[in-house]
Amino acid sequence: MPSRKGKYTIELQTKPAVLSFASVVGKKEYEGPYGRYYDKNYNDTTLGEKSWEKAESRLQNEAVNIALRKANLKNSDIDCIFAGDLLNQCISSTFGLKGLNIPFLGQFGACSTMAQTMAVASLFVESGAAKKAVAVTSSHFCSAERQFRYPLEYGGQRTPTAQWTATAAGSVTIGTRNENLNAKVGISSVTFGRITDYGIKDVNNMGAAMAPAAAGTLLDFFRDTGTGPLDYDLILTGDLGKVGSDLLEQLTRADHVDIAPVHNDCGLMIYDREKQDVHAGGSGCGCSAAILCSPILQQMEAGRLHRVVFIGTGALMSPTSSQQGETIPCVAHLVYLTA
Amino acid sequence: MTVSKSEYKKMAQKASPGTNTVKNMSMAFLFGGAICTLGQLIRNLYMSLGLSLEDASAFVSITLVALSAVLTALRIYDNIAKHAGAGTLVPITGFANSIVAPAMEFKNEGYVIGIGGKMFVIAGPVLVYGTAASVIYGLILWFFKLY
Repeated sequence: MPSRKGKYTIELQTKPAVLSFASVVGKKEYEGPYGRYYDKNYNDTTLGEKSWEKAESRLQNEAVNIALRKANLKNSDIDCIFAGDLLNQCISSTFGLKGLNIPFLGQFGACSTMAQTMAVASLFVESGAAKKAVAVTSSHFCSAERQFRYPLEYGGQRTPTAQWTATAAGSVTIGTRNENLNAKVGISSVTFGRITDYGIKDVNNMGAAMAPAAAGTLLDFFRDTGTGPLDYDLILTGDLGKVGSDLLEQLTRADHVDIAPVHNDCGLMIYDREKQDVHAGGSGCGCSAAILCSPILQQMEAGRLHRVVFIGTGALMSPTSSQQGETIPCVAHLVYLTA
Repeated sequence: MTVSKSEYKKMAQKASPGTNTVKNMSMAFLFGGAICTLGQLIRNLYMSLGLSLEDASAFVSITLVALSAVLTALRIYDNIAKHAGAGTLVPITGFANSIVAPAMEFKNEGYVIGIGGKMFVIAGPVLVYGTAASVIYGLILWFFKLY
């Protein structure tokens, strides 16, 4: 059974098992430093579909199907699927997964969705509410641009702090430990973050807006568990990018915790910032999903990484709240993976 | 966390790189100037074909708008604008791009709600306030002419 440790952390005593994982990415992501790690990639960002929304739905559907196939599972083996994305009413998830016939629970955590869905899925498995559950999320550069910013062909300039929404999806299948004793990777604990708003208004500087949320959750986790950064192989944040990563390290340092030696950020990993013209780095639900569900979990299975703290970071504004001049509330959820 | 909100604002400002003003202004000057030079060349061409100065000027605008619309449709315009900034935004080319881009983007939502409804989503405010400003200037001019 899950048990609370400290104020915010929930320990999963059985360590629910990661049965399989998969990622599907677009062209730019495939051309990034981790291109060869992803399960599938598309050169055509429309994926042959009529709309960007349909393309994103397909990314998510394929990520789930590939992950299930890798674990030799059928749809009917899955008790519950937790999914979310950035589009209004999470339509990439609902339209992408509607044919699967698996009980569905939509989640919205903006770009923290991979961590949120994984945390909830592993809690379901730990508590016995599900024997097998799936966590999945996606984002698409083009569908996000048209919802949050400008039409694709509009001739605008991006600021140096802007980040590039990844066209990608990632899916993880989680099962009970006693039925999957051989599974290498398990989920040891989860920490849900509080909504944190440090007054940043600039929607082109999400990293700066989200860094305090990440710092808060990470410091909560260290306090609850009585550990520090050097007890872990990797502290992996979701999509803080260059600006947010620098700020997170400064924020934790102010609390006498230096995470720099073990910290990396999916937004800094997914693209080559120098060559791929992505300014401060990658972002979007799919950014952390693809990096976690490919290079990171693969390296954990291969025994090269053992203790990974994964923190999904989400900016919880909408175009409406931004146009009304509101600041950006953010949240960060933490999943502690061990192998 | 020990860092306060006001301290964080300063930290964030320091950590966020600003735009390169010298580079952006130079590029805007060069591209904007090039578009104006192109306009002048087109006007000379039309005048050499026998058009009056007034007609040639109108045709220059039409030509530049058409060129900008075609480049937007060919998905080239935004790649130029990325470097040119205000150089492509300020001339009439920017206006054409701001109408064609949403028209292309929202075609999936249909001809009425999509293209029709969204076509002026960026250019709309320019039209509204441009028209309003011209009315105010017209009134001022009229007022001064009374005396």
